[in-house]
Amino acid sequence: MASAPSKLYADDVSLLVVLLDTNPFFWSSFSLPFSKFLSHVLSFLNSILLLNQFNQVVVIATGCNSCDYIYDSSSATSTDAESGRMPALCSDLLRKLDEFVTRDQHLGEKDSLGPPTSSLLSGSLSMALCYIQKVFRSGPLHPQPRILCLQGSTDGPEQYVAIMNAIFSAQRSMVPIDSCFMGSNNSAFLQQASYITGGVYQKPQQLDGLFQYLSTVFATDLHSRTFLRLPKSVGVDFRASCFCHKRTIDMGYICSVCLSIFCKHHKKCSTCGSAFGQPQSDVPSASNVK
Amino acid sequence: METRHLIKRAKYKTTAKGSGIPGVLEMTKNKIVFKPNDPTSVTMINVDFRSIKGHKNTKEGSSNPPLINLILDQGGSYIFEFENFSDLQVCREFVVNSLAKSGEGLIATSDRPVVASHDEQLSTAEMELRMKLLQENSELQKLHKQFVLGNILTESEFWATRKKLLDGDSSQKSKQQIGFKSSMILDTLPLHDARTNKLTFNLTQETKYQIFALKPAVQQAFLNLVPNKMTEKDFWTKYCRAELLHFKRNAMAAAAEAAEDEDLFIFLKDDDILASEARRKIRRVDPTLDIEADQGDDYMHLPDHGIFRDGSKEITESQHELYRRTFLQDLNRQGEVVLEGRTIDVELDNPTKVAEALAQSRQESDATAKEERLYRTSRMTEMEDLQAPHDHPFAPLFIKDPRDYFDSQQANALKTYDDTRAGTEQLSCSLNTEEAYGFLRSSISEIKAMGLSAHMVRPEVALTVINGLTQNISSTKYQLGKNVHESVLDRLPNTTKEELLHVSGPLDIHSRIIEALLVFISNHYVVSLCQGEQTEGSHVKNLSAARGNKGIGSLRAPPAGFPPCSSYASGSRCCFPTLRVGFTEENGKGWREA
Repeated sequence: MASAPSKLYADDVSLLVVLLDTNPFFWSSFSLPFSKFLSHVLSFLNSILLLNQFNQVVVIATGCNSCDYIYDSSSATSTDAESGRMPALCSDLLRKLDEFVTRDQHLGEKDSLGPPTSSLLSGSLSMALCYIQKVFRSGPLHPQPRILCLQGSTDGPEQYVAIMNAIFSAQRSMVPIDSCFMGSNNSAFLQQASYITGGVYQKPQQLDGLFQYLSTVFATDLHSRTFLRLPKSVGVDFRASCFCHKRTIDMGYICSVCLSIFCKHHKKCSTCGSAFGQPQSDVPSASNVK
Repeated sequence: METRHLIKRAKYKTTAKGSGIPGVLEMTKNKIVFKPNDPTSVTMINVDFRSIKGHKNTKEGSSNPPLINLILDQGGSYIFEFENFSDLQVCREFVVNSLAKSGEGLIATSDRPVVASHDEQLSTAEMELRMKLLQENSELQKLHKQFVLGNILTESEFWATRKKLLDGDSSQKSKQQIGFKSSMILDTLPLHDARTNKLTFNLTQETKYQIFALKPAVQQAFLNLVPNKMTEKDFWTKYCRAELLHFKRNAMAAAAEAAEDEDLFIFLKDDDILASEARRKIRRVDPTLDIEADQGDDYMHLPDHGIFRDGSKEITESQHELYRRTFLQDLNRQGEVVLEGRTIDVELDNPTKVAEALAQSRQESDATAKEERLYRTSRMTEMEDLQAPHDHPFAPLFIKDPRDYFDSQQANALKTYDDTRAGTEQLSCSLNTEEAYGFLRSSISEIKAMGLSAHMVRPEVALTVINGLTQNISSTKYQLGKNVHESVLDRLPNTTKEELLHVSGPLDIHSRIIEALLVFISNHYVVSLCQGEQTEGSHVKNLSAARGNKGIGSLRAPPAGFPPCSSYASGSRCCFPTLRVGFTEENGKGWREA
């Protein structure tokens, strides 16, 4: 029995981790209704599972105050019976999503800082990477993982450091991060993520054809990408946010020791503690004092 | 060289450093005699010049005393110290002359009287070398005349100090081939004497060869007309008249003369052999290269880059364009010929032979050239994403293409700052937290109720999306200048495009694209059919609808149970060996041709 699965285990088996943006403030004011969006995404997930019988899909919801796993195709079969209108995958997912949104709302009520502007992309990226690491250690035969971010809300500059860390660890594990950004302007973080990890960044021009975008560009597995030419992105916005105020800057000061970015001149680096601008002569004179 | 009897005071030394024995040195034609002052001293030297092999002397200006060292054939030497350097010089010359005379010289047969007939042993080659050097270097010649003929130095002395010249020259001779002079164009033009207002044409054999090399039409005319229709003298006379007309830069007069005399017409109009050669060369240039483009045209698709050209500086043609020849054209042609070098190896004496030889060297075989050109064109227009990866035994040097940087900056050039926009966006969200979450939850329950619809994407929307995604995909590495969005095939001249599209086999670009796409779809189409789901099918239908108007034709489902194609990676045509896809109107045949 062990040999049969390995024979059928072709090189295009993929594990797709979808990070679904569930920021209610974004979706309430967006042109594409959330229900339509969900229908596109659900059909897309269905088609991914149909491409290969060993494909796996994991969905993580990115909320404003928390992130959680919504769906895992490799887990046991759902408790919900299949209704006439949609397969079991969908009803399961929707139920869990509903529960997540409720939880997220409760978490947000305790917070008195005002409505958050961005969703916790860094959190869901980290969760995705943890899951992928678990898959890597599961045995010799495992699917090739990749991450797909379906994001609409803008980047939160306060998450810059965490997102960059996640990007670099994805790069190290050779996990491409694809991004489908539906907001109005381009997201610098997602552009950088796709650029650095070798994924695809796409900003769909026509949102009612979202399923077409998803299935044309993001359904390709990693093996096929070696010979398929996916659409090139327009360019990458390499702007960073400063470490002190979390504002997006394109020109700033950098600590020569740890490469932290600051927008204003500082005497001391807050990350590594190295002091700036101290003359060399101080050091030997200090050591000469006995 | 007169014989002289030389008597000088000198000191005889055995070594250079010791003090010498003062005495008198007497030199005659045949021998040297030294008599010490002190009659009691035993040393007396009587040396024949014949036994003296060579001599050395100290130089004036050094701190050494004036010494001359006579080296004997048998070994051993005599050192004499003089009172001053002028004495030394005189003695030295005497010694040299005597040595020269006593040696056996080779009588050189040359027509140059400067070279001494009796000299030391010299080979003929060396004599020739010396003569050549003297011929080429006029300064050297002057010096030679001054010193040697004026009896200041002997021949061997003169050349002794110029040993480097002799040596250097002989080594050079074997390697280099002398080509045309860069002043070729001036040789073939007439000399204008402004005082007497005369034009002089200097037609030596070399000049005629140069004219033939520069102007193949003239050479062709020479072959045709001489000696059948006119003598060589007449030919060159006509040629000179034509050049005169050109010199006067009067296009109208040239036209008038050309109308009268047919032969002059050949000389006056543009060289058509050159023109056809130029056309052939242009066709050999890579067709994807835009010859008119320059650095200013680069990155025109980005704002703030490139130079805007509106074509306002185009050159206008005049009526007598045919008879106007520009100096620039002549210079270019000369540069070309000089770089080509002397292609033939014929004696220059007979112009007819020269002309024929040149004509022969110009022909090239047509068929292989065409094939080669086609091969190179296809290499330049290949799309790198359709090629298999090259397996290099080494890691290729990777220098980033600057175009990547500029293309990536396009996004930054076009957008506004995110921060301000984001701020305003969030502020415009009028709902509070409660309402937002409520809205979200209601959407979820809505879709739960509705379920998934079969037609979530309209076909025309899907078509627009696909077109938008794929418009930039096929590109070549070598798109230089101008708009990157154009298809590479559209920018080629029509003949080249036809050739590329209709050559069968590996050069058929579009069929390869279609093939690769079909293979990718077919794999997934087959799998989804086995699973029995609709969604994948709609995806494929959209794609084939998108490509339908481009002539793929019908995509029929494979028979049930057809195993998935495993050779898609290699691009081989396993499932549809006879599928022919033409870019124009042909319909694709089915999976298998029975």
